[in-house]
Amino acid sequence: MAVDTDITGPVRARRSWRDVDLRAVAPFVALALLILIGALVNPNFIGITNLANVATRAAFIALIAVGATFVISSGDLDLSVGSMVAFVASLMILFMNSGAIADPGMMIAAAMLLALVVGALCGLANGLITTVGRIEPFIATLGTMGIYRGLTTWLSQGGAITLRSPEQQALYRPAYFGSVLGMPVPILVVLVVTAIAAIVLYRTRYGRHVTAVGSNRDVARYSGISVDRVRIAAFVIQGVCVAIAVMLYVPRLGSTSATTGILWELQAITAVVVGGTALKGGAGRVWGTICGAFILELVGNIMLLSNFISEYLIGAIQGTIIIIAMLVQRSLARKA
Amino acid sequence: MSDGAVGPGHPVLAAERISKSFGEVQVLFSVDFDVRAGEVHALMGENGAGKSTLVKILSGFERPSAGRILLDGEPVTLPQNGAAEALGIVLIHQEFNLADHLTVAESLFLGREVLRFGLLNRKVMRAEARRVLDELGARIDENALISSLAVADKQMVEIAKAISRKARIIFMDEPTAVLSREETALLFKQVRRLKAQGVSFVFVSHKLDEVMEITDRVTVLRDGQWVKTAPTSALDGEAIAQLMVGRELSSLYPAKHEPDVDEALVLQVKGLTTGYVKNVSFDLRKGEVLGFSGLIGSGRSELMEAVAGLRPRIAGEVMLHGAPLAPLAFREANGRGLAYMTKDRKGKGLLLDEPMTPNLTLQSIDQHVRHHYLDPASEARALARARRRFDIRVRDERVKAGRMSGGNQQKLLLAKIMETEPDVIIIDEPTRGIDVGTKQQIYHFIAALAREGRSIIVISSEMPEVIGLCTRVAVMREGELVGMLEGEEVNEQVIMRYAAGLKRRGAAA
Repeated sequence: MAVDTDITGPVRARRSWRDVDLRAVAPFVALALLILIGALVNPNFIGITNLANVATRAAFIALIAVGATFVISSGDLDLSVGSMVAFVASLMILFMNSGAIADPGMMIAAAMLLALVVGALCGLANGLITTVGRIEPFIATLGTMGIYRGLTTWLSQGGAITLRSPEQQALYRPAYFGSVLGMPVPILVVLVVTAIAAIVLYRTRYGRHVTAVGSNRDVARYSGISVDRVRIAAFVIQGVCVAIAVMLYVPRLGSTSATTGILWELQAITAVVVGGTALKGGAGRVWGTICGAFILELVGNIMLLSNFISEYLIGAIQGTIIIIAMLVQRSLARKA
Repeated sequence: MSDGAVGPGHPVLAAERISKSFGEVQVLFSVDFDVRAGEVHALMGENGAGKSTLVKILSGFERPSAGRILLDGEPVTLPQNGAAEALGIVLIHQEFNLADHLTVAESLFLGREVLRFGLLNRKVMRAEARRVLDELGARIDENALISSLAVADKQMVEIAKAISRKARIIFMDEPTAVLSREETALLFKQVRRLKAQGVSFVFVSHKLDEVMEITDRVTVLRDGQWVKTAPTSALDGEAIAQLMVGRELSSLYPAKHEPDVDEALVLQVKGLTTGYVKNVSFDLRKGEVLGFSGLIGSGRSELMEAVAGLRPRIAGEVMLHGAPLAPLAFREANGRGLAYMTKDRKGKGLLLDEPMTPNLTLQSIDQHVRHHYLDPASEARALARARRRFDIRVRDERVKAGRMSGGNQQKLLLAKIMETEPDVIIIDEPTRGIDVGTKQQIYHFIAALAREGRSIIVISSEMPEVIGLCTRVAVMREGELVGMLEGEEVNEQVIMRYAAGLKRRGAAA
């Protein structure tokens, strides 16, 4: 619709400001409402300790979802992240158990580096299969989801892989349970990773290219952007984010199994969508994603603290949330 | 064919004092309009004049904010979203409403499938589809998938669909924009035939010659206001153009500047061959505006995309400023000053969901990177500069590109290409689907760029455009370069003879 001819009018400018803001703000409004509801349900809810606990538990999904924001913004989808967590965690623990490096500190550092490399390689594999192999990302990552999960089951022989050295365990524990200046380490990690992601997405050339590739691949190609490279890089970023989540996951339990991270991909995608990123690509909202991850965990927490709804219904509630989020997104989009 | 059909027909569909606002923006102001039985009524105006909105209101896709619609003299509220088809009111959209994965026959019967024992009766539907297509003289296989059709054939399928639905009033929004001359002639033949049967047409078009040829009456809108309705025979092209812009179009085309014969050759193409394009060679001089004419599907865009490195080439070489350019090296070509502006501004040119700034700087983003970070202030300066230079008129800087008028989109696309500071610019269909006023501006931009010493290739299916802008015109036909015309030869008759295959290089002295 051609409604823009003619001259500048300040009225119109203000109106579209509001429209743009609304969609970005919606997840945070939802979060505020949830906190309000939580406070009404149970006075303990609003306490710093409880909220910090919730945030800490949301850290894994939040970190994975930050990566998913890149993949989804560039118009792809990665279903393999849950399996990838299990796979990277298994390799990391197996390496730490191998005793290749005597010094426990050095060992942990090397293991973390290994996790990053394996995560990046897993992401690279996803990216190459979808772009070079020209396979729909849904199918490609469905395939690798099976592969990473299968490899994990094989590595663990169907059971658990547990960190053996108590020395390493003791040294590594603070990475999840510790805190810096009163702030739990996982929350700190999430904030730092998200801040970096936001800068990359909004303030660098690569971020602009992600948006372009996600909103229209042809336009990107005709603008001299190498579309495949942008997409592959998004998958690699996803892999690295998974690896960072694993670095926090391993010290938490010191163990992993074939069932680690099951359905995490769905939670990550839910967080991204609830946060206001369009599933069809284009508009990525990193801070919204974090908010989405927090909302998911918060809902579970409220259900646990309240006596109205059985906590066994949590899956159903999360499913409802994603549908409501999409409805809200669409109704806001129509107004814009 | 009676051409004095203006008189007897009574109004079948009429709009009375129709107004329409989108939010706070009013786009139609108390417009009167009527369609008589068996007439072809042209609706004209610059982009943003409100033609498309009026058409959508009269076909039930939008609700008027005020005023009423009369069908056969009775006030009606048209059912929404295409349900007005049941009343015989059909809108053929500018962007087609066809599902890629259906066959032609399935598309024709979409939503009103013929059933037998509760199952699809494909045989009957195929036969009926064939009959309608034959009636239209369209050589389209009824079993072909929509996705396999050329754009012109899709247009034909849309028309066949309207005809097979016993339409009484057919709205066509720029129906010939994607058609070749022959196809246009075929379409007009069908329009005349249906008109004789009492079907009415409303024809939105920017092509004055076609309006003069096919329509009985013309209504002109300007800035959402009704300006004039008159029999076509009482007007001429110049008069309509003046009504549309409200000012005289003294010089649609700027003065041409022919480059000196000894100017440097900035682009040399030798023996270029792709899947379709065969052995094409040509040169481009500094400061030259070289035209590429030919029918739709003659391989001009494919050739230029191969030159620019967007498409693989099978053989041939491209020299840019005297140095060879590797195949598929679009980025490199870009860096060395060659730019290609696509004709498909919505599909390949602009990010429709993004505002102007990211669109403008997408191809030249490196200029706005400071210490690895984007510099929004620098981008804002670029936008302000581009808006001034290319006269992009919008109320709100944050408007999404998809909501801008065609003319402004085209200016934005040109601005985007120019941000890369190219000195060889290939412009594919510079003025497709934009209004006369903006066309004139774009012609002047092109001429100004040439005067600055840049070299420009203009691909256009509008012959007056090529003739008005270019000192040399290459004509392509079926993937081959069949003629390179200069001086006196640059005129419609000669170009047409080459394009239609009546003449080719060598035969011409």
